[in-house]
Amino acid sequence: MSRNLILGACLSSLVVLAALVSFVWTPYDHAALNIPDKLQPPNARHWFGTDHFGRDMFSMIMVGARTSIAVALVAVGIGVGFGVPVGLTAAARKGSWLDELIMRGNDLVFAFPSLVIAILITAVFGAGAINAIIAIGIFNIPVFARITRGAALSLWEREFILAARVAGKGAARISAEHILPNVANLLIVQGTIQFSLGILAEAGLSYVGLGAQPPTPSWGRMLADAQTMVSFAPHLALIPGLAIIVTVLGLNLMGDGLRDWLDPRIRVARA
Amino acid sequence: MLRYALKRLISLVLSLAVASVVIFAVIEVAPGDPASFMLGVNAQPDTLAALRAELGLDVPRLERYFTWVGGMLTGDFGTSYTYRTPVSTMIADRMWVSLPLALYALTLSTAIAFPAGIYAASRRGRPGDIAVMGATQLGIAVPNFWFAMMLVLIFAINLRLFNAGGFAGWENGIWAGLHSLTLPAIALALPQAAILARVMRSALLDILGEDFMRTARAKGLSSRQALWRHGVRNALIPVLTIIGLQFSFLLAGAIIIEQVFYLPGLGRLVFQAISSRDLIVVESVVMLLVFAVITVNFLVDLAYAAVDPRLRSRT
Repeated sequence: MSRNLILGACLSSLVVLAALVSFVWTPYDHAALNIPDKLQPPNARHWFGTDHFGRDMFSMIMVGARTSIAVALVAVGIGVGFGVPVGLTAAARKGSWLDELIMRGNDLVFAFPSLVIAILITAVFGAGAINAIIAIGIFNIPVFARITRGAALSLWEREFILAARVAGKGAARISAEHILPNVANLLIVQGTIQFSLGILAEAGLSYVGLGAQPPTPSWGRMLADAQTMVSFAPHLALIPGLAIIVTVLGLNLMGDGLRDWLDPRIRVARA
Repeated sequence: MLRYALKRLISLVLSLAVASVVIFAVIEVAPGDPASFMLGVNAQPDTLAALRAELGLDVPRLERYFTWVGGMLTGDFGTSYTYRTPVSTMIADRMWVSLPLALYALTLSTAIAFPAGIYAASRRGRPGDIAVMGATQLGIAVPNFWFAMMLVLIFAINLRLFNAGGFAGWENGIWAGLHSLTLPAIALALPQAAILARVMRSALLDILGEDFMRTARAKGLSSRQALWRHGVRNALIPVLTIIGLQFSFLLAGAIIIEQVFYLPGLGRLVFQAISSRDLIVVESVVMLLVFAVITVNFLVDLAYAAVDPRLRSRT
């Protein structure tokens, strides 16, 4: 295992742990207002300081991790859930009109500036975590469809698939039993990368007010709230920003590390 | 080459057509009637009907779609519901901020990424390479709007070198305009530069393994000369593709950065239009951005095929 993988896994688990622990324990109630204690810089009582309502930033970051992870995770789920079957089908019917239709449809979704469309969707159907998930998730579908198809195409040429066909298995069964397990590694790596992109996208959407709505804490909105106070309370902007960076960096490092670790060719080359 | 170009052109037109249908449909199913939004909850039914007629909202959907598309083809984007001015002039005004911002950011990102990528590739596996790669990992992980806030905190609030937001306007001279776009451009450029530097490095590393690089060394060029004369030049092909893609991304990605710096660009126009249910402005700006992205990708594909004949047969 590489250093990247270990460091990335550590950073990511730290964030996931914070999100999980926040269900049973946070240092303070993340929504409790405490005006006398407002805008405190990080100190022994409030590790990450307090915001303009005196809410404990550490608790808000912990609960905010929940929002970020939930949105990005479900968005990846949408991408995998729709994209992988689509990619498998396209590969099984390589060259047919169905394949052509799927791939051109993919190209089209790729051509859209995702951020603009995500903003359009959330603006039109109302701001909120669910619509943010859908907006981010839609753009994950072609990513997974393309990567699945690409990998599946080369697998279809292999002898063990030929053997399965000789044994009388149909295309659907071969896709599920032989192709899918062999592309799983690739999907895990891509899933990690899309997960980190989802975290960034969620932060961006909630920064412009189109993500999770109050009182649900989200890192992006904490940053938006911090903007007018950054001159006298920089910790309000620094801390949610660092939380995003740690999460995304962790996931990206983990993705890179996993790719090297799961790809036996690279492992052999390195050894 | 002509056949390839024609094929790509057809798919370009098809993409644009489908995109326009999708955008129109999304806006159509949007809850909230623009006319009742403009007149408020106490509007009389006949006033409402009159305004709907004036805005052209009473004709069937299909007809409205074709009026919209037909108008855009001739440069007529319709009239804003709220401002009662032609959408095309509104867009043109905002373009003068968004387009220079995207170009500025692209220039910065290229200026940072090229030296960084070349340096890293030439020091493969050594501390210099590891440092550059580490920095790019960080650059990719930083949300650009957060970076923008940090730039404001440091350079505008503490050092007072720049304004925290707003746009000076080109009428006050090109320097005043560029000055107010500098921090936004840096914020936009950073993550792009990180990605571009990685692409540059890996493209160069691929090429360094090619036979012609060994030949270049064999004929007596130093490794530095071979890198610059043969390596960088060949690595430019994939790098240019990414630059093309990044330009459209920068144009669209500027939406959030414009919010941070209160810049009167296309992004702010979209947000203002969304909050006032000025749907004709929203759909036109979104369509314009999609058009820009699809067209830039098309041009990049063509340029790519013109440089590298192998790519033409692939599709």
